[in-house]
Amino acid sequence: MELTERHVEGLKHLLYKMADDLLIIGHRNSEWTGMGPILEEDIAFSSMAQDKIGQSLAIYNILHEMGEQEPDTVAFTRNASSFHCSQLVEQPIGEYDFSLVRHFLYDYADAIRFDMLSNSIFEPLAMVCKKFRGELKYHTMHANIWIKDLAEGNEESKTRIQNALNKAYPMALSLFEPSEFDKELSEAEIFSGEAKCRTIWEKEVGTVILEAGLEIPQVSDPEEYYGGRSGKHTEHLQPLLDEMTEVFQIDPTADW
Amino acid sequence: MYGNAYIDPKKANSSLVDGENPEKLAEFEARIARGEKIEPKDWMPAMYRKQLVRMIEQHAHSEIIGSLPEGTWITRAPGFRRKLALMAKVQDEVGHAQLLYNAAETLGKSREDMINDLISGKSKYSNVFNYPAKTWADSAVIAWLIDAGAIVNQLANSRGSYGPYCRALERICAEESFHLKYGHDNVVFLATGTSKQREMVQDALTRWWPPIMHFFGPSDKDSVHSETLMRWKVKMASNDDMRQQFLNMYVPKIWDLGLTLPDANLKKNEETGKWDYTEPDWEEFKRVINGGGPCNAERLAVRRTAEENGQWVRKALLKESETYVTPLS
Repeated sequence: MELTERHVEGLKHLLYKMADDLLIIGHRNSEWTGMGPILEEDIAFSSMAQDKIGQSLAIYNILHEMGEQEPDTVAFTRNASSFHCSQLVEQPIGEYDFSLVRHFLYDYADAIRFDMLSNSIFEPLAMVCKKFRGELKYHTMHANIWIKDLAEGNEESKTRIQNALNKAYPMALSLFEPSEFDKELSEAEIFSGEAKCRTIWEKEVGTVILEAGLEIPQVSDPEEYYGGRSGKHTEHLQPLLDEMTEVFQIDPTADW
Repeated sequence: MYGNAYIDPKKANSSLVDGENPEKLAEFEARIARGEKIEPKDWMPAMYRKQLVRMIEQHAHSEIIGSLPEGTWITRAPGFRRKLALMAKVQDEVGHAQLLYNAAETLGKSREDMINDLISGKSKYSNVFNYPAKTWADSAVIAWLIDAGAIVNQLANSRGSYGPYCRALERICAEESFHLKYGHDNVVFLATGTSKQREMVQDALTRWWPPIMHFFGPSDKDSVHSETLMRWKVKMASNDDMRQQFLNMYVPKIWDLGLTLPDANLKKNEETGKWDYTEPDWEEFKRVINGGGPCNAERLAVRRTAEENGQWVRKALLKESETYVTPLS
């Protein structure tokens, strides 16, 4: 099938939000290096962060092949209003409970998205998503084990995980903020759309939450954290980008 | 990343073997002389165990504290290539701590006790990590030269007598050799880059040179020669020998890049084949080892915060029905 200009525009929008999510969550996860509650978790978060950043690079590379700028330029020179990440990923790492729950909610969403996109008619994306699926399997496995262990650990850990869930769950809905391209991308069999992702996600994370003896948070305003996809961000993103680009910006034309 | 273990002069030599069964001791020493490895369940003199725990523990602490100065540059690394490489490198260092704590645990001290001794200041770690990594170039110099120094030390120690430590070190050295390549590549890019980049790397090198010279420990003439520890293959090479080996391998490479070192006396003595240099300030070394360095308090405070913040997680995982199991190594 021939891609129209509108399809290309929609695809780029999809790729940017995916890559930006991955870059920013990877950056946040990497902040646990040296700070984890046990060494093994330090290592696990670092490992997942490397996967995320590697995945974001692969998607920026696809964008580059579609005529966008080099991955380094795209990642290290834009300001917050040009980023399309969700408001979930830009939140500070907080304590381990929040980071763990965010990782759980986020990775289920990505696993579902990658799974769907593995069948996309847009070959370059389908190919990388097939590869990512293999990596994601371990991320969701890691999340499942820890959510369950801490939910069943003791009173304090259960309360902490539930509270973190109450905080992060409404934010996670911002991952599925509908896009104006959803319908056309779905009709063209490029991507089945955010609504479908969200339905599967609610079912899958809901199962894990209930099995762990936790409650699925009730969300009064599902759109509270929307806006990231069109460049509306919390106060946390720009400082993150300032830090991330600090050295690169000393001389963006230099080889580092 | 690790320098040489600091050996307490008061505990040297003959006192190490006091009160040991002479027959068992003779058999133990004969095994080591034959090149055999000592394994966790084997008989060993109490002081052998004690010295090894202290040495492996210090090494483990150095890895975990060493991840802090470099770790702060992960979120600032310029570009994907460096960011991914630095993340992997620092993750390796934390992984080394895990391997080493496991090796030390086989000698009877739990990881928890070791970490408590670290944050209380009771046990030491490599002095170099008490200096700040001020710029991106510092992280490059650390990755190249501190890891290079660590390899010199660790390769020597991997030929030691305690099986679990040797096996951990073999794996660690393999990974460190990648770190060194990463660090070297990074320094090359800076040294051959823009004037700003060259300035950054020269400044970092100048500041890191004294801690690098300190890295292998006090000069042999001022440090205790522990013949027993050498015979037991706990200590494998003298501080000065390792320092010479390092200088011989890396000073020419540094000079090749057009960088300078802040020691006018540094040169290879053609007669002796050894490097002449100005002795670094050993008073400063002692001051830093005893807590007076620029970052001692900060490093321990970060570690303490991480431990405190993570306490609820560890508590939740503890199950009364489960008993402590010494890790395999």
